[in-house]
Amino acid sequence: MSQVANNESVERRGGRALPLNDTLRRIGQITFSVALTMVGLLAITFVIGRVMPVDPVLAVVGERASNEVYEAARKAMGLDRPLIVQFGLYLRDVFSGDLGVSTLTARPVSADIARVFPATLELATIATLIGTLLGIPAGVLAAVYKGRLIDQVIRVIGLFGYSMPIFWLGLMGLLVFYGILGWVAGPGRIDVYYDGIVPTTTGFILIDSLIAGETEIFYNAFSHIILPASILGYYSLAYISRMTRSFMLEQLGQEYITTARVKGLSEMTVIWRHAVRNVMVPLITVVALSYANLLEGSVLTEVIFSWPGIGSYITTALLSADMAAVLGGTIVVGAVFVGINLLSDVLYKVVDPRAR
Amino acid sequence: MSGGGVAKRESWRQWLATDVPRSRGQAKAVQLYLGWLAFRSNTLAVIGLAILVLLVLLWIFGPLIATQDPFAQALAKRLLPPGAEGHLMGTDELGRDIYSRVVHGAGIALYIVTLVAITAPALGLIVGTLAGYLGGWVDVTLMRLTDIFLAFPKLVLALAFVAALGAGLENAILALILTAWPPYARIARAETLTIRKSEFIDAVRIQGIGSVRIIVGHIWPLCISSIIIRVTLDMAGIILTAAGLGFLGLGAQPPTPEWGAMISSGRKFVLDQWWVATMPGLAIFTVSLGFNLLGDGLRDVLDPKSGGGS
Repeated sequence: MSQVANNESVERRGGRALPLNDTLRRIGQITFSVALTMVGLLAITFVIGRVMPVDPVLAVVGERASNEVYEAARKAMGLDRPLIVQFGLYLRDVFSGDLGVSTLTARPVSADIARVFPATLELATIATLIGTLLGIPAGVLAAVYKGRLIDQVIRVIGLFGYSMPIFWLGLMGLLVFYGILGWVAGPGRIDVYYDGIVPTTTGFILIDSLIAGETEIFYNAFSHIILPASILGYYSLAYISRMTRSFMLEQLGQEYITTARVKGLSEMTVIWRHAVRNVMVPLITVVALSYANLLEGSVLTEVIFSWPGIGSYITTALLSADMAAVLGGTIVVGAVFVGINLLSDVLYKVVDPRAR
Repeated sequence: MSGGGVAKRESWRQWLATDVPRSRGQAKAVQLYLGWLAFRSNTLAVIGLAILVLLVLLWIFGPLIATQDPFAQALAKRLLPPGAEGHLMGTDELGRDIYSRVVHGAGIALYIVTLVAITAPALGLIVGTLAGYLGGWVDVTLMRLTDIFLAFPKLVLALAFVAALGAGLENAILALILTAWPPYARIARAETLTIRKSEFIDAVRIQGIGSVRIIVGHIWPLCISSIIIRVTLDMAGIILTAAGLGFLGLGAQPPTPEWGAMISSGRKFVLDQWWVATMPGLAIFTVSLGFNLLGDGLRDVLDPKSGGGS
């Protein structure tokens, strides 16, 4: 849904080639703007936490508390102080890693998130791998055979990806590949009887099971992850192939391509060695953006596949009005989103000699 | 008689396709006509338009097209497969006719999209033109705010808003608007920056016309076309996000036949009674495909810079 915005930001970045002496100032600017963005996000979550109709004091002391108890609790929670002071305290808490306590799990939100986040990361990573490995060749093919049948087919596949509700596609995937064909395992991250056998090292079950040498568990986890990851990957495939196609078309019209052809190089060499290598640089940004988008897209996918990640965590918390957990989850997803964008910016500068 | 009719139609064609328009109105009509010709040659875009016309027709004539009351429960006839006992798409867990509910849901989808697609761009237009025209600290503040909203994943932010406001169709729409306006503000600001230094704006200003009138009367009309392109491209996304909120139980509440909520209730039986979740999903898919096709086509017509998708 934010594909067009992404296109714009890619173009914005693509047009930027700074001389060497500006780099330091540029880094300073980026750091400042990232910090400001984070404070802005926290301001939004702070406001959301204040306008919500549930009184946080009542939630703690209960409805039968006397006025004195209520006032004491209010003071203890700092709610009697001016809003700006409250916001300052809120910032201090968040930056020191305190996101409050979840009323649902009765544990610190930060601990909860640390527990569920690797599952989301694992899903989004496999999905991005699938989307990139299929999306880039598809985009290259579409550009090389522009206007021909294969281009149209790839375009329609992408268009379908943009148009399907992801949670519905997930359900249909479960129906066909799990219910009817039985090719993959059902919802969840792993079968129940394998739960908790593998010691947690990285938090990624696929890697942990390999480290522990439990290939059976690895295959089980793989058959669980492949369907949700493919469905998420389909969305990044739609985006990546579209962007690859337009980057490639731009490159194929350049004169160095003509030169390479005139030199008598084979078409394969011209495309894969010359054009694609130049396309790789802007594609880094595209892949990073689609990775960040997958973290968002995984919210609905996780609900469908009962995947114990941050999306499930936020939505479960939402339905039980657990505001600390909802806002904590929002902050973490937002921060990761900003972080990935920043990373792609930096990577871009490292990889593209013109941007150094 | 009929010969006269043909001649008249020919002259209309000529009037519409002339190179030398005799009035402002004619020039406008010629431009629209040529745009329509270009649009018509794009088969996919015409398909998209047809889907959306169908959607509007469903909304207007819904009560006539629906075979049954979308709210009427019949527990004896629950979870019937498609085609059984005159239920074109089967029945759901309360025995309600799914076909009638899908038809009824068209109106709700249209209601959501229309509200968001008018309000969010309007908000963005105001913010963007103010920032671009006034410049200085207004610009810095407003654009910083825009960037902050842009920097975060839309769905998650919408979830947080709905969590604070409470679940419901109106609150879901509000959350969609609050997360959808920033790109429009960016576009409007960029357009304003290119217009604001032009001579006709100077001329208007010298006549003593105030900032508000310049923005509303002279800058807004020039920003509209690029915003419209963007809106049509975004509409599919709005449909999908709204359905996602409905699916999570945060949008329209039961028994409203909102498509996302219908998928959510069909989720429990998807392995045995596949049609309950499949049918409303097909409806969402068709409509958002229509918006995507139309948006692509409109972009080719309205924005020659883009070069087109095919």
